[in-house]
Amino acid sequence: MIATALNLAASGAVKGPKIDWAGLSPLVALLGGVVVVLLAGLLRPRFAREQVVPGLTIVTLLTSLGLTIWQLDEQKNLVAGALRLDGLSTTLTVIFLVAGIAATLLSWRAMAPRESAHGEYFSLVLSSISGMVVLVWAQNTVSLFLGLELLSIPLYVLCATEMRRATSLEAGLKYLVIGSVGSATLLYGLALIYGATGTTDYTATAQAFSAKALSGDTLALAGIALVLVGMCFKCSVAPFHQWTPDVYEGAPTPVTAFMAVATKAAAFGVFLRFFDVALIDAQSTWGPALAVLATITIIVGNVGALGQSSLKRMLAYSSVAQAGYMLAGVVVSTQLGVRATVFYLGAYLVMNLAAFGVIIARERETGLGDDISAVSGIGATRPLLAWPLTVAMLALAGVPATAGFIGKFQLIRATVDGNYTWLGIVIVIGSMISLGYYLKVVAAIWAGAPSTEALATGPALPALAGGAPDAPTTAPPAKPAWELTFVAVVFGAATIVFGIIPQPLFDFVERAGSAFTNLV
Amino acid sequence: MTLHLSFLVWAPAAFALLGAILGGRSRPAVTRALAGLGTLTALGYAIALVVDYKSGGGLQYVTDRMWIRELGIHYKLGVDGLNLFLVLLTSVLFTATTLWALSERRANESQFWVHLGLAHTFVLGALVAQDLALFVAFFDLMLIPFFFLTLGWGVGEREERVRAVTKLVIYTLVGSLLMLTAAIALAVLSSSQSGRNLSFAFSDLSQVTLTTGSQNWIFLCFAAAFLVKMPSFPFHGWMPDGYRSMPLPVLAVFSGVLSKVAAYGFLRIVIPTLPDAAVHFQTLMLLIALASVLYGSVMAFSVTNVRLVLGYSSIAQLGFIVLGVFSLSDQGAQGAILQSVNHGLVVAPAFFIAGLLAARCGGSEDLRDMGGIAFRAPVLTTLFLIVAMANLAIPGSSNFVGEFLILLGLFNSKLAIAIIAFTGVALASVYTLRLFVRAMHNRVGQHVQSRDISVRDGIVLVPLVLCILALAVYPQLPLKKAEASVKRSVAPALAITSPPPTAAAAPGGAVPGAAPVPSGGTDPVTGGTP
Repeated sequence: MIATALNLAASGAVKGPKIDWAGLSPLVALLGGVVVVLLAGLLRPRFAREQVVPGLTIVTLLTSLGLTIWQLDEQKNLVAGALRLDGLSTTLTVIFLVAGIAATLLSWRAMAPRESAHGEYFSLVLSSISGMVVLVWAQNTVSLFLGLELLSIPLYVLCATEMRRATSLEAGLKYLVIGSVGSATLLYGLALIYGATGTTDYTATAQAFSAKALSGDTLALAGIALVLVGMCFKCSVAPFHQWTPDVYEGAPTPVTAFMAVATKAAAFGVFLRFFDVALIDAQSTWGPALAVLATITIIVGNVGALGQSSLKRMLAYSSVAQAGYMLAGVVVSTQLGVRATVFYLGAYLVMNLAAFGVIIARERETGLGDDISAVSGIGATRPLLAWPLTVAMLALAGVPATAGFIGKFQLIRATVDGNYTWLGIVIVIGSMISLGYYLKVVAAIWAGAPSTEALATGPALPALAGGAPDAPTTAPPAKPAWELTFVAVVFGAATIVFGIIPQPLFDFVERAGSAFTNLV
Repeated sequence: MTLHLSFLVWAPAAFALLGAILGGRSRPAVTRALAGLGTLTALGYAIALVVDYKSGGGLQYVTDRMWIRELGIHYKLGVDGLNLFLVLLTSVLFTATTLWALSERRANESQFWVHLGLAHTFVLGALVAQDLALFVAFFDLMLIPFFFLTLGWGVGEREERVRAVTKLVIYTLVGSLLMLTAAIALAVLSSSQSGRNLSFAFSDLSQVTLTTGSQNWIFLCFAAAFLVKMPSFPFHGWMPDGYRSMPLPVLAVFSGVLSKVAAYGFLRIVIPTLPDAAVHFQTLMLLIALASVLYGSVMAFSVTNVRLVLGYSSIAQLGFIVLGVFSLSDQGAQGAILQSVNHGLVVAPAFFIAGLLAARCGGSEDLRDMGGIAFRAPVLTTLFLIVAMANLAIPGSSNFVGEFLILLGLFNSKLAIAIIAFTGVALASVYTLRLFVRAMHNRVGQHVQSRDISVRDGIVLVPLVLCILALAVYPQLPLKKAEASVKRSVAPALAITSPPPTAAAAPGGAVPGAAPVPSGGTDPVTGGTP
């Protein structure tokens, strides 16, 4: 039996799918990078681990970025239709890679890779990004699930990489448990949809929905509901958001930054892809449900953020609220909605990375952690950190002349255009509530009493069992790290630039909208 | 003559930023000089505009470039009769504030000037913007520098200041954000109705008349934004705290200028583009305005903090302006424009005088601690008296002309409301005289040390008072220049309330700029000056 199979294979009777290596190259580069970085982490010299490994990570990401830009306007199916390279794939891949580069810079001299060994840490970041790429390129539910798990499992580990901090371990475990529940729900839903349609392919699913008139079918609807819940877990859409504040607060801050921007983009990418391609026929069923979820998310996220004094928790709730805004672009199911969502993801990337750069810098310098007092009064002492954080907060609140304003503008336009004007009003009501906590941070920056900079080192940490043997026993000393300021300033500036000259970003996301030929 | 409005708008911010970069922390003189230069440039430019402006012409000095193609947003600036004098007012008041602030030393000076310069730029931008999205952007942005100015250089405890200014920003942005949705909806619905590309330019928007249902909710969102910004009763909750914690020089421009942008918004956007809704909600708006007049007057009469007396009197004055706008008549709207300029010119020196008064009674801004200041300060008393007389609209002042026109317009449309509004005129003299008498005369307060104004104070105060006097002598100047634009602005609404006799010949009626002057209307130019 086996022999016959071998014979068949040898004679070429069983053909593997034709692989378009050019189209697949960004993903291949990432996966190659995972191996190289992991191996480089085994080198003995300290320099190799602490400088070469992050350097190789950045080289990998830049290579992949270059290859993606090379393939930017391609439209083709890859690997026998399991993946697809189109406008949405490439634009979102660029977002993931930029987020990855920023996350690598933020992690470079951070605590987390030192404790968990550099090679492992950075190869996990890279494999998570490859998961994201597979997820949004996926054209059938099998590769969707594959991508989702490849994205999630490294993140579970990354959350727990500050091994001597109980909250980090707690975050990893919590994320693992809740993420698994989400994945299981999603898988169950996918199975039910497969049961109803008899196919795993997106386009075939859409055809089956219209051919068999499945929009009212109980099995299919139950499947859609379960898939919706599973994806809402990943996007932290209320009421499935409870893990977000704890995980964001507990995880090492560079990982939080990465999760906030890249995971969100990946989750929304698959949301757009699956609902606007495969399930478009049932839009009248899931559209209103999603609109209600968006409303709940906007309210819950913004109200939840009001009372927070931890910046990471505040940004976690704010990310919940922002997920609600972006969901509005999914609800309307138009090309305009897709463009608005992807634009907002880009804007969200720059705003959040600017904020996280400052938070990490202050975390390392003051030993006050991510409490709001760590940024208190930095307006007078550290203008290069104060301005990016101010800009980021105002942009997240949607003040004009920032990318956040233009993003909201386009989202509201999409809701009005798609006959969901009331959702546009919900978005602005959310923005009003959000001012309450964003302005609190701005007020602390410019009018707060400066925190005592003397608190250089945090509390001593317990000895590490099974970790890197030369890991330091205290938090690293307070040294202004140029790469953090660099990230904060670059993304802060980008927030303003895209707020004043948004047309290049609009042109860039244009191709994401045109990938959805089935939408108006 | 071509005058590029971009220079006018961006000069204050650009100079202040340049000053901050060149001056830094070591050379504050450079910062101050450049900030002052920026303001003066804008003032000179504004004067040139007024001189050069051709009365009767439409939009002039237009700059029109596509800004964001995807969203159909133009970078379109222009001046016409509606905003011409408000631009001048803004520049005059910011110059006064700059001169005033130059006479004081403060911490982090370069940042102060940058924020003040930005505030100037954003207010001018909102006034000259001829694109709805641009207007909304500037309208929201205006607030941000004031947030920082109050935060950094305000009065009172830090905690209290933060709370007050956060309240101010949230309150006003609540309205503005509703306006954002309304603006987007207005443009999207207009473009889908007319079948053209999305465009936010006022000229494109006013060509399409939306269905009444859409007009109504869009109108309410705009009204919310403008009424909060003014502020108008019952949306004034931010005013007392905000006024108490702002630094006085900043408060003078804030009170003098920002509220006018809101009044201007009604004339520029709401009435031309949403005429049916404006007619539909006319009574509601008039009642809100009337409530503001009465409430503001009564409160101004009962509070003792000088800032709040002026704040509540502003609520009453802004009520008058809204009465004029929503009389939906030429005279009323002209009165509203004139009164906007008048009120700005009166309230800014009034706040300056409030600062001088406080300096003369041990720093207290409470009327109960004042009294008898006139004793050794004849010049200050004279100047204050002129300002007070203008505020209570004594015949002979330009405020009298403004209020007269407003009430005239109101008489022709809503008689009952006009009659009640008259009590507001009387109440104005009650609270203004109370302020003047209790501060300057009466028994000498405990810590009062009366002295006259210094030359430095005079440099700020005297020009402003001269402006009041000049306008009192010659109020025709703004009226004449504004006339054509005002008529064009209220024409769509007028066509609905009092259809012209030729309506049968021109079906549809609401063609902008085509409505004739209503019969029997008094010529506003010769209407008021005694």
